[in-house]
This record gives sequence, structure tokens and C-alpha cells, in this order.
Amino acid sequence: MSPHDPETQMTDPPTDPATAAGETGQSTAQPPGRDGAATTAAATGRRITLDSLSAFYGDSAAVRAVSLEFPPNEVTAIIGPSGCGKSTMVRCINRMHEEIPRARAEGKVLLDDLDVYEDGVDVVAVRRAVGMVFQKPNPFPTMSIFDNVASGPRLSGARGGDLRDRVERTLRGAGLWEEVKDRMDQPGLGLSGGQQQRLCIARTLAVEPKVILMDEPCSALDPVATLKIEELIAELKQRYTIVVVTHNMQQAGRVADTTAFMLDGELVEHGATDRIFTNPGDSRTEDYVSGKFG
Amino acid sequence: MSALAPVSHRRRRVDRAARGLLAAATGLAVLPLVFVVFYLLQKGVGAWSVGFFTTDPSGKFFGDAGGVRSAIFGTLEMVTLATVIAVPAGIGVALYLVEYGKAGRFAAAVRYFIDVMTGVPSIVFGLFVYIVLVIANTGGASFAGWKGSLALALLMLPIVTRAAEVVLALVPDSLREAALALGAPRWRVMLRIVLPTARPGLVTGALLAIARAAGETAPLLFTAFYIKRATGDLNRPMNSLPAQIFTDVGQAQDRLQARAWGAALTLVLMILILTTLARVVSRRSRLA
Repeated sequence: MSPHDPETQMTDPPTDPATAAGETGQSTAQPPGRDGAATTAAATGRRITLDSLSAFYGDSAAVRAVSLEFPPNEVTAIIGPSGCGKSTMVRCINRMHEEIPRARAEGKVLLDDLDVYEDGVDVVAVRRAVGMVFQKPNPFPTMSIFDNVASGPRLSGARGGDLRDRVERTLRGAGLWEEVKDRMDQPGLGLSGGQQQRLCIARTLAVEPKVILMDEPCSALDPVATLKIEELIAELKQRYTIVVVTHNMQQAGRVADTTAFMLDGELVEHGATDRIFTNPGDSRTEDYVSGKFG
Repeated sequence: MSALAPVSHRRRRVDRAARGLLAAATGLAVLPLVFVVFYLLQKGVGAWSVGFFTTDPSGKFFGDAGGVRSAIFGTLEMVTLATVIAVPAGIGVALYLVEYGKAGRFAAAVRYFIDVMTGVPSIVFGLFVYIVLVIANTGGASFAGWKGSLALALLMLPIVTRAAEVVLALVPDSLREAALALGAPRWRVMLRIVLPTARPGLVTGALLAIARAAGETAPLLFTAFYIKRATGDLNRPMNSLPAQIFTDVGQAQDRLQARAWGAALTLVLMILILTTLARVVSRRSRLA
């Protein structure tokens, strides 16, 4: 949590987007720390850089040579029609993609300057640093509200510290504390859909990640619950790097600082959200955001 | 004719006939069960007394024939040991199949052999243990309780594995993904998420196997044999309720046949109590 954390200092990011290539060069020069990225907690998010990332299911490519950068403490939205590879791309960042049989990825995913696909990198450490929220709320059905949040640190083997305190802190962080504080021992499945999703966000926050990936976090929720999650995202970006996959363009417009448009596994365009929606550089982007297809 | 015509007579008749057939089939299936329970209670309760539960079979031709204490102890001891062996092993195999093996060739071979094992008659397991362990006097004795347990465990293994595989596969992948994405190592995902979520089904599968094993006679005759005295030493021959029933039914004495009925009722009640207890415990621990 300390802002004087040496590792954070070292990688304090310059804001020039052209550093992607420079950081790629750095990563070969520096020996990769085994899980250095995961064990330290900091108040800022971390930079994620994709360097010609491709992802495959068997022989078919779902993501083709995407290079993209997600700056710390910003929300980046990934938009595109169904099946364009946006979820697959995001799942490559915390290496969840490889959990699917016959799925593999090529290229680099840099967490600051550490390639998460480098040999010797502990996949578990990567996932502790890069949290993920899924499309459908998926609280653990055998666990109470408390245990669901506590499962984050418990499952990832984080020891020490007051668990109660940590659960309360993260539930407050997820904007759910006031609604559940009197029924912490009730099953997590007893909550409404929107509350369940915020419970899942709290569970992710409890691991103290640097980056949060959200794979269409609101697509199973009603408008009011969606609004709450969006407000939460705006708040969370103070402390985390956030990537939101969405097929809801209004949502991208509301929450994202920058937006990337994908089509058929390729990155078509990436830029400030305002520009993507009002003055896109590519005609395909224009067609998509104006609703001609997708 | 109106679009909302009343149900035709023909459909009414077919409906009534179909319902009747289904009810008859249900009745036919339940009838034997009712008779079994009825006879068990009628003949079994009469054989019960305090001495029935507290004494061993005397073996005397005249006078007091004794009770089934040694048989109850033997069944409890041997089935417990068999459960300790077969349930963890079976759940372990199922975990492998569901979490690691999946659709691989080795997993397919394992599944095939489990299916074959399910179809093996129980007496074959008895013979197998007889040839491998009893004749060889393994452990210093020929017939022994632990060898009976082993034969029962072999019988239970495929039942536990099959039941566990089905319920483990029912645990939604989204829960595994959620846990993995939190940075959980695979073994912790299994211990903390997959097994607890599947627990009620795992308990049911284990109970099914235990009930099956507790009632088996054939695997025990060649392995634990039959003795009259109760013993806590698993390396000695042991009595068991099914073996006691088997021995008593073959006797030409009414009081021994009555003891067989009493032992049968005891066996059924033991399994019933165990099943109820396990369900209550598993339900309670799930809410905690």
C-alpha cells in the first residue's frame, strides 16, 4: 500500500503512449521477477501493454496480432461486434485463455515491464495482479457473503492482516457494505443480480490486484444496477487500471477514457473515447458506432 | 367447428388409459418393496431382545442360540475400513477424470475400466482377494477382517467413482474460472470450491456404495470367513451380518431362521440410520 514502494517508483509510467516499444526492449534487458508484480500492493494501477498478441482456439485465430496499451488509472473500453475476439483478448491478459483446452496465445503481454508469458512466470501470481470480473455474476454458492469476499485472499493464499477489516474495506470499496453489513453470514446467492456482481467485484478487490479486467460486467444486469456498476468503475480507476469489454456503446461512452474497436480479431482503431465516437479515423469504426452493423 | 373445441372423447380415453398404466406400473414396482419391509418387520422384530444385541452366537444345538453382537461389530468394522479406503480413492479418481483427464485417451481408458469394474459380480472380488491374499497368508493369517474390507472396497470403488464423477462434472465451470481468476492454484480450487459445491452429491454417492457394501455376503465368505466370537482385531476372521444371515438361513432350526430375520432387520435399520445421519450432517455443514 505504500506509495514509496520501490517497485512502483521504478516503473512509474511516463504518459507518452509511444513507450510501448521502449518497454518491450526493457523487458529483455531485465531479468523477470518471479512474482514481483503480484506481491506488492500499491495505490496505483499498472500499465498493461499488448505486443502483437495473437490468440488461437486450436488452429483458428480469434485475436490477430493486436498491439495495444492500457495506461494506469484509466478506463479502457473494448468494443466490437459479437465474436470479434474482445473477450478472448482480455482473457489473454490474466492468462485465463489457456484454461480452455487447445487454446493458446502468442506475442507479449507486459505488466509494466514483465512479460506474463515469459518462462518461469507464475500464472497464479499474474492472476493475483490482474483481477477479473465476469459477464455473469458468479458468487460461490456454498459461501456466505463474508466468505465470498474473504475467498479472494483465502484462495490466493494471502496470509496475515485482519480478514474482517479487509472484507469490510473491500465491500465499502465495491459500494456494497451498507446493503449487506447486517447479513454477512447469509448466502451470497441470496443477493440481487446487481448486488451479486458488486460482491464479485469486492471479491476481486480483496486480492488487491493492480489491474481489473471486466468482461461485459453489466450485460446480465438491469439499468439501475448497471448505473451503480458504472459509478463504481469511475471510482475504482483512482486506484486501478481498468479494462472493460462491452457491446454497449453508450456504456463505453460513459465510463471509458479511451476506447478500442475490434473487428474479426483485429484492432481497427484505438483512441480517446470522444474521438472514436464523434470522429473515427476508420470507416469501419464509423459504421459500427453509428449502428450500421454489429 | 370452433377453434376452441372441447377435448375430444378419444383424447380423454387415451389420457385415462395412459394414467392408469403408469399408476399400475408404479404399484407393481412398489409392491415388492412393501412386502419386503412388511415381512422384515413382522418376522424380525420378534427375534429382537436385549440378548440378541449383546451376545455372540453360541453355536449350541440345544439351549440359548445367542445373538448377533459379533456380526454387528464385524460389519461396522469392515465397512468402516472399506469406506476409508474406497471413498477417498474413488473421489480422487473422479477428481482426476473431471479436472485433469477430461476427454483425454488415458481418462477414457480409466472410465472404461471403471465401467467394467461396476459390472464385475461381487463374488469375483471375493475370489480375487482369496487367491491373492488369503491363500498367501498375507499378514500372517489366512482369513482376516481387513481382507474382507479390501474386497468390499474394490466393490465400492467404481460406484463411488461413477457417482462422484457425475456430480463433480455438474459444478459449473464459471465457479472454477472465478476461483482461478482470483489467483487460486488448481488444488485450492478443487478443495475450496469444487468439492464443497459438490458435497451433497458426493455424500449420496458414498452412501450408495456403503449401503451396497454393507449388504454383500459373497466377497466376505472367502475373505473374512465366519466366526462366532466378536473381535476388534482386523487381522483375524470376522463375523458380519450378511454372513450371519447366510449361515442361519441354511440351518434346520426355526430359532436360527428367526435370528436371520432379526439380523436382516438390524442390517436394514443400520443402513437407514447411517443414511439419515449422513444427510443431516452434510446439510448442516453446508449452511455453516
